[in-house]
Amino acid sequence: MIFQLDEKDRSAPAAVSESGSALTYGALLDAAGEVSDAVKSRSLVFILAKNTIASLCCYIGCITKGAVPLLLDAGIDGKLLENLIAAYHPSYLFSPEGRLSETGLAPFALHEDLGLLLTTSGSTGSPKLIRQTVSNMEANAKSIAGYLGLTKDERPITTLPMNYTYGLSILHSHLLVGAAILLTEKSILQKEFWQFFREGEATSFGGVPYTYEMLKKLRFFRMELPSLRTMTQAGGKLPSELHREFAEYAARTGRNFVVMYGQTEATARMSYLPPKRALEKTGSMGIAIPGGKLSLIDAGGREIADADTVGELVYEGPNVTMGYAESGADLAKDDEWQGRLETGDMAKKDQDGYYYIVGRKKRFLKIYGNRVNLDEVEQIIKNNFGLECACAGVDDHMNIFITDETFADSVRKSVSETTGIYFRAFEVRVIREIPKNEAGKTLYKELEESGE
Amino acid sequence: MSNLEKYIEAFKTTFELGDESALPALKYQDIEAWDSVGHMALIAELEDAFDIMMDTDDIIDFSSFEIGKEIMAKYDVAL
Repeated sequence: MIFQLDEKDRSAPAAVSESGSALTYGALLDAAGEVSDAVKSRSLVFILAKNTIASLCCYIGCITKGAVPLLLDAGIDGKLLENLIAAYHPSYLFSPEGRLSETGLAPFALHEDLGLLLTTSGSTGSPKLIRQTVSNMEANAKSIAGYLGLTKDERPITTLPMNYTYGLSILHSHLLVGAAILLTEKSILQKEFWQFFREGEATSFGGVPYTYEMLKKLRFFRMELPSLRTMTQAGGKLPSELHREFAEYAARTGRNFVVMYGQTEATARMSYLPPKRALEKTGSMGIAIPGGKLSLIDAGGREIADADTVGELVYEGPNVTMGYAESGADLAKDDEWQGRLETGDMAKKDQDGYYYIVGRKKRFLKIYGNRVNLDEVEQIIKNNFGLECACAGVDDHMNIFITDETFADSVRKSVSETTGIYFRAFEVRVIREIPKNEAGKTLYKELEESGE
Repeated sequence: MSNLEKYIEAFKTTFELGDESALPALKYQDIEAWDSVGHMALIAELEDAFDIMMDTDDIIDFSSFEIGKEIMAKYDVAL
């Protein structure tokens, strides 16, 4: 059984909810068994998930049955959900409360190795999914549990949704070792979160760069959190200064701060910075996780051996997923990546073999930990408004260039609503003309300059 | 501008609200804009408007328009 759940101590807690109710491993297996009885093996199931015991049981029940879940945020935009249903024809839908409904839609064929579908953490409404296998999930969970030294005594508290690959990897790696997960829907900006943290004696949490920015503003360094041992960070590059501050805090208080790097394309995790070197290697994404290999290639695809030379980061390992799906028919596709992923991230390594991300090959931004594809946002604006536009910017701040001022407010509102991201992350800039070359391709470099 | 007006203005600016009729009943996560990111933006707006520096407990206690008023009082901001 996945994560050897049936070999755990049945009386040990697997999850504790913020209302205080605990779910033992035995109860998790029983509840998952009921879900398994209700769904057909090799069927596609959409789970509208929250960080609750009900969602956890639905998910584990589907996986153990051999059904294929697509995990979605319970608060997903209705239109996006409709698009996904129309594209992939799930047989079942689980509500956030764990209610099951059958759709009656004609299913697509599923590849025999397909175990789980996740969105590309993009929220632009693109129906693009990542195809994962159960062995991807198990390999990655084992590796993570290994380098973090996880044991059944851990009690991570959730700070990320379980439909988000990083949040899910925390669940997986801790279920693998028989630990107890503190499940909460509350955010770090709510009193109830910190109450639960203290009462539940949380030992660790994870955060995206924005989480750490908020923690700093919350004067986290002065909080009394005696149970805390480990903080992990992923979901985008942490500014070096913030990295240093948290590494110093960890060193001072005898805790671990672990900077990591990953993508849903590689299940979750590809690298980690060993906490002992968190200060010495500030700004680094570390080294490959156990069982994986990192390398750099030049534009011609040749491997770069020299230190301090920038190339595209390539990862090889058993957690590289099968590939993307963009339509229901793609669910039958074979493993397209064969254990090797060209990440699209540009990086270099130092003399000691530690990697540093320096940029991106693909056109997307990470906004509050969410990958937002710039070309897709342009497409949304063109479709909704029929406007000339171009999108650019830096992480946590997108610039949307348009030429017609009367649409400025509505474009911003529409992009914020479609992506579900706070509108202050989007700035609309009105310019006279979108700079293009003779072939009609947008000149993004000139664009950024024209907006200054 | 009175303190109350400044306080209202901070909400309107942060959440881009057209009018203030919904404000008295407004709570954290009632509207999409008041999520964790919006919350930090609101706190920053208030800290700027009143030139104060809020404590952790007050930032996480700040769960509604009305409770926020009580918290402002702690920083000698009379509304």
